[in-house]
Amino acid sequence: MLQTSLCSIKLSNPTILASGILGVTKESIDRMGKNGAGAVTLKSLCHEERLGFDNPIMFGCDDIFLNAVGLPGQGIDSAVKDFERLDNLTVPVIASIYGYKIKQFGEVAKKMASLNPAMIEVNVSCPHMDYGKPYYADSELIDGVTRAVKANSGKIPVSIKLSPNVYDIKELAHSAERAGADAITAINTVSGMMIDIDARKPVLSNKIGGVSGPALKPIAVRCVYEIYETVKIPIIGTGGVTYGKDAIEMTMAGATAVGIGTGVYYRGIDVFKKVSDEMIKWMKKNKVKSLEDIRGCAHK
Amino acid sequence: MEQCCKVDIPVMMEITKVVQEAKGIKSFFFNEKMESHPGQFIMVWLPGVDEKPMAVSYWSKNEFAFTSQAIGRFTKTLEKIKKCGKLGIRGPYGNSFSIKENACVVGGGVGMASLATLIDTLKKPIIINGSRNKEQLLYLKRFKGKSMIATTDDGTYGRKGYTTDVLEEVLNGKKFNESEFFSKIKIVYTCGPEIMMKKVLEICNKHNVECEASLERYMGCGFGICGKCMINNKIVCIDGPIFNSKQLNKMTEFGNFARLKSGRKVSLKEYHSRI
Repeated sequence: MLQTSLCSIKLSNPTILASGILGVTKESIDRMGKNGAGAVTLKSLCHEERLGFDNPIMFGCDDIFLNAVGLPGQGIDSAVKDFERLDNLTVPVIASIYGYKIKQFGEVAKKMASLNPAMIEVNVSCPHMDYGKPYYADSELIDGVTRAVKANSGKIPVSIKLSPNVYDIKELAHSAERAGADAITAINTVSGMMIDIDARKPVLSNKIGGVSGPALKPIAVRCVYEIYETVKIPIIGTGGVTYGKDAIEMTMAGATAVGIGTGVYYRGIDVFKKVSDEMIKWMKKNKVKSLEDIRGCAHK
Repeated sequence: MEQCCKVDIPVMMEITKVVQEAKGIKSFFFNEKMESHPGQFIMVWLPGVDEKPMAVSYWSKNEFAFTSQAIGRFTKTLEKIKKCGKLGIRGPYGNSFSIKENACVVGGGVGMASLATLIDTLKKPIIINGSRNKEQLLYLKRFKGKSMIATTDDGTYGRKGYTTDVLEEVLNGKKFNESEFFSKIKIVYTCGPEIMMKKVLEICNKHNVECEASLERYMGCGFGICGKCMINNKIVCIDGPIFNSKQLNKMTEFGNFARLKSGRKVSLKEYHSRI
């Protein structure tokens, strides 16, 4: 019922572990698969090793979650040795990459492509990362990054992960599609801050971070809705998906698959299985045979 | 529908008492409720500095404490904080020790802090408490009157040598205090340097005795999301920090490798020189 085809990648269900959550080791990828994830997105990697920020890097409560992890990672060269390959695991793996300069996006993509992941996702949208240039907010830069990655990825499909912290997300999605992107991942977190009034200081060590969790969902649904009206390529709807009903809502906005990140915090590692079961339950109750039947239906 | 109810945001709490436990090791007390079980930890935030996991080392109805050794930037800054100072606390996190009698508790250095509330909970444990020297031995007064064998690497207090030597003798049935009857040990609880814990596990395997160890890895969130504390396929902050023999024997990284803050896997030796 939930079988999904995303850029010709066969997914057992549309739930995808979003980048930045666990997804560090081969063994943890398999564990996500066992817990029902249709695909797993790795933590973003770039051309060098990065330690990321000091703690606190994340915290959360009922409706909101904030993080500024600072894109820690072992770097692409070390990852190539660590993973050896990414096409022999129990679930399809989406490899998230980034660079500081356009050239580096291409170089990292080339090395990553050698591991043969199911898809390469380009993270241009981390809200608390100084890339040197505002890749997430400038359609010309998005065009350049997309072309650089596409030129180095061979046949591996490429998804561009967009930020909601922009004036017009439609224009940026359009730019990615024109430059050859095979999919859009929408959205990354919304830029935010929390100050502890007793400590009189921002809680995150980086002060500014990204807001996720249920509070992000209406923003993500709006972005997916707008992008669906603008481009023809599939959308991985990400942001606040916690329950099956959220995934159904994303699908109605136009998403082909749904990213789940902070949902792991709220419901545990088996959130994928829980969300899938809830989707099936809703579909049966509402006599919906396939997700195709409701994809983008909110636009009619 | 299943309801979520979570709060994982630090709460600023006033330090009500500071106790110098040993050289460079202090306990920080708070008059606050903390519903924790032996072996669990809290995240301690020093605004503007860092946030680190610390075992709950004292626990009573309306009070708790953690014990910290000044080693790195965070713990050295912490050492200077006095009574009435405030720290951000969240937790408790992680699983806890099983509570089984006929136990032997093996602590190395400040690892004793993770075992302290377990010792308080157990009826008559045998305690093997080791450190480099007399000055760094923890909780000597606190556990006076219990069956405790102290060891120091340099022989400045108790027996000269390692905790693992004593464990071997205990499991071989040697009695250390003639007035006490030591029944057969059924479980060994341990926390301390990983090389020591690995040796403890090997000794337990040899004697067919169950073992539970409290592991340490670089931690970010404490609630199983950031993935920094992975050891093989286990997430130390939520699957652990306590692991049993069956789990430990499967962990190829235990005693060998750990991941740096960046996520890169390195030898345990490199990890300790850089974290």
